[in-house]
Amino acid sequence: MAGQILLIEDEPNIAEAIRFLLGRDGWQVTVLTTGQGAIAEIARLGPQVVILDLMLPVRSGLQILTDIRADPATLDLPVLMLTAKGQERDREAAFAAGVSNFMTKPFDNNEMRAAVRALMGGT
Amino acid sequence: MSFNLLVLICLLYVALLFVLAAWAEGRAAIGGTRILRAPLIYPLSLSIYCTAWTFYGAVGYAARSGLEFVTIYLGPTLVFIGWWVILRKLVRIGRVHRVTSIADLISSRFGKSNLLGVTVTLIAVTASTPYIALQLQSVTQSFAVFASDTPQGWALPNGSATAAWVAGGLALFTILFGTRNLASNEQHHGIVTAIAFEAVVKLAALLAVGVFVVWGLGGGPSAVAGKIAALDLASWRPDASRWTALIFVSAAAIITLPRMFNVMVVENIDSAHLARASWAFPAYLFLMSLFILPIAVVGMERLPTANPDMLVLTLPLSEGQGALAMLAFLGGFSSATSMVIVETIALATMISNHIIMPAWLRLRPKAAMRSDLRAWVLRARRLSIIAVLGLGLEYFRLSGGSSNLAAMGLIAFVGMAQVLPAVLGGIFWRGATGVGAMLGMVAGIAVWAGLLFLPSFGAAIDPDGMGKDLFGPHWAWPAAFFGAADMDPLVHAIFWSMLVNITLFILGSLLTFPGPVERVQGAAFVNVFDQDIAADRLGWVQGQAEPEALLAMAQRIIGEDAAISLFEEAARAQGKGGFLPDLTPDFLSMLERRMAGSVGAATAHAMISQLFGRAMVTVEDLMAVANETVQILEYSTRLESQQAEVTRTARALREANEKLTAISVQKDAFLGQISHELRTPMTSIRAFSEILTEGDLPPEKVAEFGAVIHAEALRLTRLLDDLLDLSVLENGSVQLNIATANLGALIDRALAASSQTRPERSFDIQRAPSQEEIFLRTDEGRLVQVFINLISNARKYCDANSPTLRIAVRQKGAKVLVDFIDNGTGIPKDQQGIIFEKFARLSDTAAVGGAGLGLAICREVMASLGGTISYLPGQKGAAFRVSIPLRIGRAV
Repeated sequence: MAGQILLIEDEPNIAEAIRFLLGRDGWQVTVLTTGQGAIAEIARLGPQVVILDLMLPVRSGLQILTDIRADPATLDLPVLMLTAKGQERDREAAFAAGVSNFMTKPFDNNEMRAAVRALMGGT
Repeated sequence: MSFNLLVLICLLYVALLFVLAAWAEGRAAIGGTRILRAPLIYPLSLSIYCTAWTFYGAVGYAARSGLEFVTIYLGPTLVFIGWWVILRKLVRIGRVHRVTSIADLISSRFGKSNLLGVTVTLIAVTASTPYIALQLQSVTQSFAVFASDTPQGWALPNGSATAAWVAGGLALFTILFGTRNLASNEQHHGIVTAIAFEAVVKLAALLAVGVFVVWGLGGGPSAVAGKIAALDLASWRPDASRWTALIFVSAAAIITLPRMFNVMVVENIDSAHLARASWAFPAYLFLMSLFILPIAVVGMERLPTANPDMLVLTLPLSEGQGALAMLAFLGGFSSATSMVIVETIALATMISNHIIMPAWLRLRPKAAMRSDLRAWVLRARRLSIIAVLGLGLEYFRLSGGSSNLAAMGLIAFVGMAQVLPAVLGGIFWRGATGVGAMLGMVAGIAVWAGLLFLPSFGAAIDPDGMGKDLFGPHWAWPAAFFGAADMDPLVHAIFWSMLVNITLFILGSLLTFPGPVERVQGAAFVNVFDQDIAADRLGWVQGQAEPEALLAMAQRIIGEDAAISLFEEAARAQGKGGFLPDLTPDFLSMLERRMAGSVGAATAHAMISQLFGRAMVTVEDLMAVANETVQILEYSTRLESQQAEVTRTARALREANEKLTAISVQKDAFLGQISHELRTPMTSIRAFSEILTEGDLPPEKVAEFGAVIHAEALRLTRLLDDLLDLSVLENGSVQLNIATANLGALIDRALAASSQTRPERSFDIQRAPSQEEIFLRTDEGRLVQVFINLISNARKYCDANSPTLRIAVRQKGAKVLVDFIDNGTGIPKDQQGIIFEKFARLSDTAAVGGAGLGLAICREVMASLGGTISYLPGQKGAAFRVSIPLRIGRAV
C-alpha cells in the first residue's frame, strides 16, 4: 500500500512541484490549499505524513500543528513543516509545537524526498 | 409711468440681486470669501437696521414729532461706539459655540434648554410680525403712490392683493437663497452680499432725494436751515423720559432683533470686522439721517396734505422728477426687501431648530436617526419662511394698514427688547439661571402684549393712543409714584415691561440653582475670552457609540464633505490616519457644536445622546465635569500648568519610545515578509528546474514546467521592480515628470491598462465624463499607476455577483477628489488601518497574485504628487479616495 501524504500549501506551483516529486516516488499526495478544514481532512484521509506550510490563509501552519498535537489520535503523526520566511524564530516555534521535521524554501528536491522517506519509515 | 414698467423694474432689480447673490455664493463655494472680507461689506450688511421704516418713516416721524426720530439712530450708535464690549463678546460666543440665532444663544446658555429656545422663538415671531407687516405695507404704499400719480389713472386693485404678491415674491427669493444649503455655521454669503448692495442703493437714493430737496427745492442749505429755524422746532426741548426710553429700546433692538443678531453675530466671518463697524456703521446711520429733517420741512411746506410717511417718494414725483422718484422707490424697496429676507431667514432658522426639529425628534426618534436630516431641516425652514411671511401679511390685513410706520416699528422694538435682560445676564452674570430668564421674558412679553401689541389691532394706530392699555386708566397709577403723573404711554409700556422683566429675571436667578449643563454653559459663556475649555468638555464620557455610526449621522446633518473632512481632521489631530477618530469627550463636544450650527444646540445634544443611548452622561458625571471645569477656570494656577507640561513631556517621551519599538518590530516583520515573497517564486523555480535537469520527462511535461518557471521568474522580477520603486518613492528621490493632463483621459488609460485583470469576469464601470473634464498639472504616469492599482484591486477583490466600480470625480477648492467605490463587501473595519502598509494582503495570493505592495506604492506615489489616498469608510463596498492637487507643488 502506497503511503498517503497530505500536503497543505497555498502556492499552486509549489504544491504541483511537491506532488510531482513525491508522486514519482510512489506516494499518494492529496493537496489542500488553505488551512481551513485541515483537521477534518486528516481525520478523513488518515495520512502517514503531513507536509504543512507555515504561512497559510485562514489558519496558520502553527495553529494546525497545535491542533494535530492536541488530538490523541494524531499525537504521533509525522509532520514536515515548510517555510519561506526562514527566520530562526519560526524554526524554534515549530519545534516547540512538536513538528517532526522543518525545511526552508527553496528546498533541495532530494532532501525533500529523503525527509519524507525518513518520516514514512518512522511509522 | 405705467404700472407694468414699475413691476418690470422691480423684477429686474430682484433679478440683479439674485445674480449678485448667486455670484457671491459661487465664489464662497470655491473658498473665495474675499468679497465678504471686503472692508465695508460687514458694516453695510448691518445697515438692514435701516428698514423701510427708516427710509420712509423717519421723514414722517420728523414731520410728526420733530427731532425725536434721531433717537432711533442714537441708540445703535451708542452701542457701537460706547458698548462694543457687549458686541465683541456676543460675536465671540457666537463663533465659539456656533450659535445660529438669538433663540439658540439663550437656549444654549441656559443649559441647552429647548423650552427657552421655543419661548424666545415665539417672542421673536410675535414681535417681528408687525415689523414684517410694516415692510409689506411700505412697499404697497409706494406702489399706490406711483399709481395715483399716473394720468392714465391705473389704480391698484386692492392693497392687500399687492401685499400678498410682494410677500409671495419675497418668500420665493428667501427660500431660493436662504435654504439652498445647510451650512453648519448657518452663513449665507450670497444674501450678505446682496443686502450690502441694497444698503448702498438705499443710502444713495436717500442722499439723492436730500440733495434734490435742499439745493433743488429749498434754495440751498442756508435757506433750508432758515425754514427749520422758523418752525417751533427752534424752541423745542426734548422730553427726557421719552428720549431715554426710545434710545434704550433702539439700543436694545440692535442686539436683540433677530435680523440684527443674524448679520452681526451669525454671519460674522471675522471678529476684526466688528472693530471697523464700530465707526463705519454709525457713519452710515449719520448719512442716512442727514437729510431727514430738510425733506420733512420742505415736504410739509410744499405738500401739506400728503402722507408724511411717503414724502421721500411724493416730493420728487410732484416735481416731475420721475427718475429720482424711481431711485427713491428702489431705495425703499431695497430697505423693505433686505429686512424681510434676513428677518425671515433668522425666524425660520429658529422655528425649524427649536420647534419643528425637536418635535420631530421626540415623535419619531428612530426615523430621525435614519433618514436624511438635511432635506428635512431644509423643508422645515422653507415651511417656516412661508409661515412667517404669511403671519406678516395677516397682521397687515388685520391691522388695516396703519398710516403710521414708526409706531409699528416701535412695537417690534419693545417686544424684542424683552429678550435683552436674558442675553446680557447670560453673558455677563454666572448666576443667571434659565428659570429667571424664562420668568423675566414671559412676564415682560405679557406686559408688552397687553400695553402695545394687542391694542395695535383694529383701528389705525396713532402715537398718542399708544399705551392706552387694556387694563384701564387705573393701571397708570404707578406713574404718579415716580412723580410723572402724565407719563408718556410708550414710555409707560417700556418702563413697566422692562421693570417686571428685569426684577423677575434677577429674583428667579437668585432663588433657583442652575442645573449641571447650565453651570458649564454659564461658565463657558461668561468666560468666553479666557478659555474655551468649558465648552470643549461638555460632559461626554466615553460612550459605546461607533465612530462610523456617528460619521453616518454627521454626514446627514452637516453634509458629506464637511463631515468627512471634520472627522479626518479630528483623526489627524489625534495622531491617527483615516477618517475615524477616537470618541474622546473633546471630539464629541466639537462635533456637537458643529451639528448645533445646523440644527441648534438643544437638538444636536439630543441627537448625539440618542446615538449614545444609555452611554449618555449621568447627572453625577456631569456634576463632576462641571466641578472640574469650574476648577480649571477659576484656579488655573501655574502649578497646574507646570504639571501639565511634565505630563506632556512624559507622554511625548513615551510616544517616542513606543514609536521606536514599533519601527523595530516593523523592520523585522518587513524582512520576514520580503524573504517570504522572494523565496516563494524561487522555490517553484528551483524545484522544477531540478526536475527538468534529471531529463527523463515527456515533452508536454517539459513544456508545462518550463512555463511555470517562466511565470515565476516574471513574478520575481515584478516584485523586485515594486520593491525598488517603493524604496525610491520612500526616499523621496523620485523624479517627477510634470505635464498638463486631462483627468478623464488618465482614467481612460488606467481602465484600458487594467482590463487584463480577471478578464473573464464581466465588470461594470460607472463614470460621469462631464465631471472628469478637469486639467491637472501632475505626473501622468504616476497618477495612472495609482488608478490602475485601484481599478485592478476592484477587479480582483470585488466579490459582488455583478461587480460594479463607480468612479466619482469632484473638484473641491484647489483639490480634485477621485473616489473609487465598488459594490462588494468592502474591507473589514479592523483591517482598514493596515491596507496601506507593505505586504498587507488580505486574501490568499493563490487566487489573485500580487505581493501586497500595490497600495503601499499608491500611498507613496500620492505623497510625492502632493496628494493623498485613503480608505473611505461608511460606503457600501470598498471605497478609496484619491485627492490630487490641481497644480503640483502648491500647498493643499
